[in-house]
Amino acid sequence: MCETCGCGDPQKVPLEVQESILSGNDERARHNREHFAAAGVLAVNLMGSPGAGKTALLEATARKIRSQRIGALSGDLATERDADRLKAAGIPSLAITTGSACHLDAQLVHRALHDFSWRDLDLLFIENVGNLVCPAVYDLGQAFNVVTLAVTEGEDKPLKYPVMFRKVDLVVLTKIDLLPHLPQVKMEVIEAGLARTMPEPAMIPVSAVTGEGIEEWLSWLDQRRVSGQGERVAADA
Amino acid sequence: MHEYSLISALLDRVAAEAKAHDGAVVHHLKVQIGELSGVEVDLFESAYEMLRESTICAGADLEVIPVKARWVCPRCERAITSGEILRCPDCNLPARLAGGDEIVLERIEMEVP
Repeated sequence: MCETCGCGDPQKVPLEVQESILSGNDERARHNREHFAAAGVLAVNLMGSPGAGKTALLEATARKIRSQRIGALSGDLATERDADRLKAAGIPSLAITTGSACHLDAQLVHRALHDFSWRDLDLLFIENVGNLVCPAVYDLGQAFNVVTLAVTEGEDKPLKYPVMFRKVDLVVLTKIDLLPHLPQVKMEVIEAGLARTMPEPAMIPVSAVTGEGIEEWLSWLDQRRVSGQGERVAADA
Repeated sequence: MHEYSLISALLDRVAAEAKAHDGAVVHHLKVQIGELSGVEVDLFESAYEMLRESTICAGADLEVIPVKARWVCPRCERAITSGEILRCPDCNLPARLAGGDEIVLERIEMEVP
């Protein structure tokens, strides 16, 4: 174009980038993942709608867990209530207040790791902001993604939020003590939804109130620790 | 509304590329957004309209290429239709997502001196 005619006008050039817009976050997530692996800490990104029972699941976990040392980073828009609840339950915790951000990102987690004593833990839960959409987009450096789905949220949620359910390694179905009051909620409908959104569907029904299912959840965590840090466990292994 | 933070990351990236290539004005951006990326294209575009002012992209149009979700069997590569059970009926293996989770900056067109 203009380099041939000599008019001196600037020329338009295409620049092929072909890179994720999230590459900055992915890089920081990799960095977090290396830290977790080096310290032998299993990091679990715990996601779910507001009120799905993320904090209650961790409280119930603290009541039943035996020898493992657990801690939590707790993302919240405006308050430190979740972190306070977790501390009261005996889980060392630090709140990450996100302001208006609807999700945690790798940078927020990385900064929190500088202010929190996490290296001696066996399990670090990263309780994400209550939201079934945005947190699924951001890698934090976790070894596993877990989502809580409350039976009160409706059995169609896996099909309505396929991005989230595709990303998770495990669905913890919460508040199952309420099932007798919810005759319209059918377990098989939830399972059918998961089979269409999760390539390797895995679900553990629990009640934080009665403690039902919590042992199974602890075994799931145990198996992940045994199988090594940051390694996904094949369903047929 | 993570679309706003994605656009911020996009604008930062474009500014860095433009600086590295002495590009003064950006004319066009092309991005791919997958069906299962978790990005709402409408929100992504309106976030771009709002945030591009007073950046190097102020005069640049944004072209979004939507990418359909594509599930395949990892062994026989048979396509598994969205909405079906995500397991190959022949090989009994969990399907693999072969496309549709992109949030990719494909190309920048800019003016260089």
